[in-house]
Amino acid sequence: MMQVKNQVKLEFSSIPENITLARVVVAAMLAGMDFTLPDLDDVKVAVSEAVSNAILHGYQNRPTGFVYLVFTVSPEGLEIVIEDYGRGIADIEKAMEPAFSTLPDRMGLGFVFMKSFMDLVEVDSQLGRGTRVRMFKYAFQTMQAVQ
Amino acid sequence: MRIMYCNPGIVEIGVFDGVLVVRLQGELDLGVSEGLRVRIDKELDRQRTKNLVFNFRDVKFIDSSGLGLVLGRYKKLAAQGGGVALTGTNSTIDRILELSGLFKIMRGYAGESEAIRALNGGGR
Ligand SMILES: Nc1ncnc2c1ncn2[C@@H]1O[C@H](COP(=O)(O)OP(=O)(O)OP(=O)(O)O)[C@@H](O)[C@H]1O
Ligand SMILES: [Mg+2]
Repeated sequence: MMQVKNQVKLEFSSIPENITLARVVVAAMLAGMDFTLPDLDDVKVAVSEAVSNAILHGYQNRPTGFVYLVFTVSPEGLEIVIEDYGRGIADIEKAMEPAFSTLPDRMGLGFVFMKSFMDLVEVDSQLGRGTRVRMFKYAFQTMQAVQ
Repeated sequence: MRIMYCNPGIVEIGVFDGVLVVRLQGELDLGVSEGLRVRIDKELDRQRTKNLVFNFRDVKFIDSSGLGLVLGRYKKLAAQGGGVALTGTNSTIDRILELSGLFKIMRGYAGESEAIRALNGGGR
C-alpha cells in the first residue's frame, strides 16, 4: 500500500470556470515536492484535459453535474483520480486513439496529452454511468535509499 | 451585485500590414476558448483579412481547447487562401504544439514582424 503524505479531495459543478481551480490546487500540492517545473506543467495539462472531458463529454456541458477529484501524494509521487457520473465512453480504446473525437470541432488530443505527460493513465467507464480517469506521476526521486 | 469570474484569456487585437495580430493572454482552456473564438472571428470578418498571427508571449497555460481554437482559425483561413503564423512561444508551449502536430501546418517565427512578413509573401 502506498504511504499517503497528503491527500486533497475536491468536488465541483461541471462548469468550465472550475478547471482553473483544479489546476491551481494540484500546482499548490506539488509545490513542496520533488518535481521539476516542466513536471508541474505536464500535470496541469493532464488535469485540465481530464476535467474538460468530464464537463464537455461526460456531462455534455450540463452545469448540474459534479466532477470529483482526488489528489494523493505519496513518497512515490502523485496520483490523480478524476471522475464524473455522465454519459460514459462507448469504446475506451477507440477514445484514446490520437485524433479521435466524437465532437466535430475537437482535435482528439486530450488523451494524447494525458498519456504523454503522465507516467500512467487508466480509464474506467460505463455507458450511461460515468467515467473515471486515474493518472500517476512519479516523483523525481522514487528510489528509496537502502541503508 | 454580481461578481463575475474573469479569466483574462483575452487579447490585444490589431491589424498590421493587412495581417490580424492577436496577442493572446492568460490561460487558454475550455473556459475561455469559445469566447476568444467569437471575438477573433468577429475581428477577422470586420477587418476582411485572411492572414493571422498568434502571439503567445503572455500565454501562461494552453491545453487542447486552446489548440483547437488555433487550429480552427487556421482551417477557416486556409480555406480562403490565407494563413496563420505563430510567435512568442516558450519551450512549454513549443512542446505542446509539437506533440499536437500543429507545428507541421503552422510555422513559428522569432517576432511579430517576421511572422507578418512571411504571411505577406516573404522578402522586402
Ligand atoms: N469523461 C468522458 N465522458 C464521456 N466521453 C469521454 C470522456 N472523456 C473522453 N471521452 C470521449 O473520448 C473522446 C476522446 O477524448 P480526447 O480528450 O482525447 O479528445 P476530445 O476531447 O474529443 O478533443 P480535445 O481533447 O482535443 O479537445 C472524446 O471525443 C469523447 O467521445
Ligand atoms: Mg478532450
